[in-house]
Amino acid sequence: MRIDLEWVLENLDRIGELLLEHVYLTALAVGIGLVISFAFALLIRDRPRWYGPIIGGTGILYAIPSLALFALLTPITGLGTVLTAEIALVSYTLLILTRNIVEGLRAVPGDAIEAAAGMGYTRVQRLLRVELPLAMPIIVAGIRIATVSTVGLVTVTALIGLGGLGYLIVTIGTQRGSFGLTATLTGITLAVGLAALADLALLALQRAFTPWARRRTATQ
Amino acid sequence: MIEFLGEVAAWFADPGTWSGRDGIPTRLWEHLWISGISLAGSIAIGLPLGLAIGHTGRGAGAVVAIANVGRAVPSLGLMGLAFLLLLPLGLGVGPLPTIVALIALGIPPIVVNAYVGLREVDRDLVEAARGMGMRGREVLGRVEVPIALPVILAGVRTTAVQIVATATLAAAIGGGTLGQLIYIGFNVGDQVRIFGAALIVAALSIGTELGFAWIQGAAASPGLRGRAYVPVEPAQVGRGGGEATLP
Repeated sequence: MRIDLEWVLENLDRIGELLLEHVYLTALAVGIGLVISFAFALLIRDRPRWYGPIIGGTGILYAIPSLALFALLTPITGLGTVLTAEIALVSYTLLILTRNIVEGLRAVPGDAIEAAAGMGYTRVQRLLRVELPLAMPIIVAGIRIATVSTVGLVTVTALIGLGGLGYLIVTIGTQRGSFGLTATLTGITLAVGLAALADLALLALQRAFTPWARRRTATQ
Repeated sequence: MIEFLGEVAAWFADPGTWSGRDGIPTRLWEHLWISGISLAGSIAIGLPLGLAIGHTGRGAGAVVAIANVGRAVPSLGLMGLAFLLLLPLGLGVGPLPTIVALIALGIPPIVVNAYVGLREVDRDLVEAARGMGMRGREVLGRVEVPIALPVILAGVRTTAVQIVATATLAAAIGGGTLGQLIYIGFNVGDQVRIFGAALIVAALSIGTELGFAWIQGAAASPGLRGRAYVPVEPAQVGRGGGEATLP
């Protein structure tokens, strides 16, 4: 058993396709998860009573193993469909994203909110121009964690016939051919690389959009 | 849908579901002992490491690295890799690759939480303990660990839930567990079996989460007991601003 770089070069096109599929499945899950989590967070802000049920419910979802969740959805949404995969993947982002958005909004200083009200901002203006920008570092921290975990979870969808890079790990990796180890290592390396890249890109994006946070940490 | 659920109920009622190599009791027991050994292994390696780094304050960079790598490496990839590396040694078939992968997977949350828990202990208390003449180990055992216990146990809980959940994937490398029942269902295209098996797996995972939440609550200081259920916290290092800003 050895690492076969020739195999990688011969299959570069296929590996590229799988990588793209992986990016697509991840981005879709985090994007939809973000929209739902924002709705949850705004609901919790207006009605704090909902915090317990929403966080508790998403916490229970978070504990269900991915393979089991895919399986539970199969009778309703079909075996190996993108819909099955995405419902499960989105579910796993909700706990982290909702909690971080709620915490981010809570951390906004009361003075800033009062100042905005004093300047005549409406609720929507205040949310978009004051609260969200100030909450951004904590929200982005949540998006980064959700993205990195989703990159890992997408590999499991290979067990239901999708998988992106997971296809390299599962379908090819567990066959006892000479390229098993090569395929598995390629899958893991690209998945880790993709996670790291997405993490750094999100951090860079956050820094670019919140220059004051950077300046503050620099002077502290 | 009602008809389908009736079929699932019939599957549960069938004695064949409860006997033999792929019966629920056999696979459940396998799932439990593999998870138990793996959790013990993760604690045995991760806890001393996290406590040492937290107590001395040296090696904080390693904690950040462990946290990041732990989150980024796909659990399925870890399983496949353990399987492929142990295969030439004649150890690839059976539960060993699963246990190795699960131990590795379980270490990061325990290290991170032990570290963060100890660093959050009020420095004045540590100074006071030193002033009372306690040695390093006594400070750790009698002051730092008791105060940090809820955070440390949160790490154990995160790991336990992760291990029980990920043990399901052992089926992909022939390692058995309850995941095997789902896997068989996928292979023969039997939706009833897939759904029934998934229900058991989900119940076991949720039970683990709630059980460890209860243990964590029972270990908390009496003044904090009786709080509502709080979900397991994915360990966050450097929350709120970016990278490596450890408390």
